[in-house]
Amino acid sequence: MTTLSTQAPAVRRPAVDAPRPWPLLRHSFALAGRSLTKTWRNPGMLLEALFMPAIFLLMFVYLFGGAVSGSSREYLQYVFPGVLVLTTILTGQVSTGVSIVVDMKKGVFDRFRSMPIARSAPLLGSMLGDAVRYPVAVTMLFGLGYLLGFRVETDLASALGAVALTIGFGFSLSWLTVLVAVLLGDENMVSWVAFLVPFPLVFGTSMAAPAETMPGWLQAWAEVNPVSHAIDASRRLLLGGPVAEPVLMTLLWGGAALLVLAPLAAWAYRRRM
Amino acid sequence: MSYAFEAEGLVKRYGSTTALAGVSLHARRGTVLGVLGPNGAGKTTAIQILATLLRPDAGRATVGGLDVVRDAARVGRLVGLTGQYATVDEDLTGAENLVLLGRLLDLPRAAARSRARALLTQVGLMDAAHLRVSAYSGGMRRRLDLAAGLIGRPEIVFLDEPTTGLDPGKREDLWATIRALAAEGATVLLTTQYLEEADALADEITVIDHGRVIAHDTPAGLKQLVGGRTIVVRPSDPALLGAAARVVERVTGRPVEQQHGGALTTPVESARAFTDVVRALETARVDVAELALRLPSLDEVFFSLTGVTETSATGTEETA
Repeated sequence: MTTLSTQAPAVRRPAVDAPRPWPLLRHSFALAGRSLTKTWRNPGMLLEALFMPAIFLLMFVYLFGGAVSGSSREYLQYVFPGVLVLTTILTGQVSTGVSIVVDMKKGVFDRFRSMPIARSAPLLGSMLGDAVRYPVAVTMLFGLGYLLGFRVETDLASALGAVALTIGFGFSLSWLTVLVAVLLGDENMVSWVAFLVPFPLVFGTSMAAPAETMPGWLQAWAEVNPVSHAIDASRRLLLGGPVAEPVLMTLLWGGAALLVLAPLAAWAYRRRM
Repeated sequence: MSYAFEAEGLVKRYGSTTALAGVSLHARRGTVLGVLGPNGAGKTTAIQILATLLRPDAGRATVGGLDVVRDAARVGRLVGLTGQYATVDEDLTGAENLVLLGRLLDLPRAAARSRARALLTQVGLMDAAHLRVSAYSGGMRRRLDLAAGLIGRPEIVFLDEPTTGLDPGKREDLWATIRALAAEGATVLLTTQYLEEADALADEITVIDHGRVIAHDTPAGLKQLVGGRTIVVRPSDPALLGAAARVVERVTGRPVEQQHGGALTTPVESARAFTDVVRALETARVDVAELALRLPSLDEVFFSLTGVTETSATGTEETA
């Protein structure tokens, strides 16, 4: 039996006197720490990030490799950079939106909202905390790729550039799911959006096969599809070729997505009161 | 008079349902306001508006002189909120939850830790500090919720049904904490379905029902408002109940109202009648085991104000 002390804290002087600078960043980092602790406690949440890239890579290389390239080994070099983009986009889509909806339905978000913290911090904190999935998924992909025989044909700096670029691109696009999540507030709907949206974007490109082999309408789509630039950039950073143009286009598209979607999602989130 | 918070004519609708139909509430600094009402009366909606979680459709509210809609962020610095909807994270431990909230209130790391320890001690959860909240009992959860609302040493504390689902012993403990808060100068808004709780804690009580204020007074004033006092007489020897009833009837000049369980009750006009009854019983040599002049209970007050029976007003919700 525990007894409550009858001595209350001195309430007349608030513990918090004045706001400190950079509230959005500091609060987001504190909340990202919370997400990381939760992930650490439920590592099952990372299984998806771990196995999804492996499944896609094995499927492409062994199911289609022979048909497309005549050899699995050759096809692995071709398809790996595309699977890297697929991995980072899917990782971004499936993780964050769902965990935000789950959080919003629980009382803990209401507590955050009742506190004098930056209003978008819970949203951004959740995104940052979930970002741990990207390195997990990418490490898995490269590990398996190397076991199967994939080799980077450029240098370490370019390879790291490809990783950073594709993660950044996946993170930017993931704000789409976040926006949908905040607007709909239903995790089942969010799962569907997260599942359906990436497909035309990622598969309607030269990821799995050269665009020349596609019907005209699909070629036209692959031409204008922003993910095509990301795949070109990834391929050239990993395998060689002029990188300036596709990297620039990827940065522009990713930046545009981030600049449009992130403020929209934050606005929709703040407006849910 | 300076009010710590003040709401005027709050209206909140959800579709065709009107949760609040013009509720006004206020509390002086350092007092406890009890908001009493059955489920669905609008208590939680009112607190959520004051705590800036909801915008009112009409009416206005200020907390510490700040408008809850225009100055929402600054209001957040003044208030601490405890309610079933604003809760803690189940995957974190009690201590981690409080430290996180302290960090979000811009406390340095060391200060957040020591604040968390002090509060865990205060609500008697120090032993469970490093257990995940998912392993807490309902009562432990409520106490952690209360601690979470007090992290920022708020001047104004909103407690939405803080003792719902607690067993009586823990409820008394929580009451002691709430009284201590008020003694330290905090202003407390407490909603409750427990009439006994409002009576025990509140300086003033606002009774709301169906989104409207139906009464506002001190606990004693509220009791006076609704009806006269009652004398209870329980003779030591149950066989003398009839004799006692005749004595009381002679003094008060009206028939006794109830006569069961070996005790009789009768309404009286004034306290003067009580002393007369005492003397008359003495003269008639009727020894009593219980002799009381009692105010109507808040249950009775509530019944006469709303026409709702006490069972629906005090129904409890079980929390896991």
